[in-house]
Amino acid sequence: MDNPVPLDEARDPLTIAENWLKDGREVALATVVETWGSAPRPVGSHLVIDAEGNFHGSVSGGCVEGAVVTEAADVIGTGKPRMLEFGVADETAWQVGLSCGGRIKVYVEPLG
Amino acid sequence: MERHLLERLNAARRERRAAMLVTDLASGAGRLVGEGEPVTGDLGTAVSRAFRTGNSGTVEADGQTFFLNVHLPQPRLVVIGAVHISQALAPMAKVAGYPVEIIDPRTAFATPERFPDVSLEAEWPQDVLARKPLDSYTAIAAVTHDPKIDDFALKSALDAGCFYIGALGSRKTHAKRVERLLALGASAEQVARIHAPIGLDIGAASPSEIAVAVLAQIIHAFRSRGLEAKGSAA
Repeated sequence: MDNPVPLDEARDPLTIAENWLKDGREVALATVVETWGSAPRPVGSHLVIDAEGNFHGSVSGGCVEGAVVTEAADVIGTGKPRMLEFGVADETAWQVGLSCGGRIKVYVEPLG
Repeated sequence: MERHLLERLNAARRERRAAMLVTDLASGAGRLVGEGEPVTGDLGTAVSRAFRTGNSGTVEADGQTFFLNVHLPQPRLVVIGAVHISQALAPMAKVAGYPVEIIDPRTAFATPERFPDVSLEAEWPQDVLARKPLDSYTAIAAVTHDPKIDDFALKSALDAGCFYIGALGSRKTHAKRVERLLALGASAEQVARIHAPIGLDIGAASPSEIAVAVLAQIIHAFRSRGLEAKGSAA
């Protein structure tokens, strides 16, 4: 029987995460857990990252993914989850921040 | 997240079952909850609310901080009948976030010219529904007026627990339909779930206005899922 509304598995971060684990890759999952103001991606959005820095999905409009990928390498290394916060209130706003003026909290956890 | 949780979550998503990943943000411990599965305490209240609204979020409950990530299947609308109302309903429902599939075995009605950009099956409902079964995240609107086409689909919708079931026709027409569905083995309680005459009572007159009334009723049914059950439970 067909799924009448199938998942877009080629672009679905959680499906990609499962496939990467099957391939024996080390994987971290980043999730938007809170947003304030105008945030580009809703709560629950995922970015999946492997130990080589490959990634799929998004937690913002591309503004903070680079920083999340860097943190994910540490999370994979230590095996401990961590909470990241990004926004204009951040001192590093001009380097790593949300130009839209919003703030987001991103939870990064190891998978496996 | 543990690997078996991810695998179970993805399986639920592929099979169109609602599921929620509950993560204790202090410890990182995760738990997968299916819709309708009992969860105690304040967390249970938050879980029920998130399933109903589809909104994920962070909650403080029972002295801990949890992140609830809710994964609802994409709700969809199956319309039985490639009629004038369906021509207005299909694009409106799509815009509102409900992908539409139209089923009508009458090939004179079910033509791509009349329904551009819509998934259209010029076959009997029993054939299409055997391939693509109805489920609790599907709404169905039966609008052919023809028992030969509508009745099987309505009975299937009642058995599948579709979140919305509407049928076009006057009260008199519907009374006869109720008798036929009871004869097919539907219970009186099941039949009472059918919205007929179809659509919210907004005085709709034209086919397009009826489509608005139907779509509004579908949205209301989707967003109040679980409310009726709550009142009658316990």
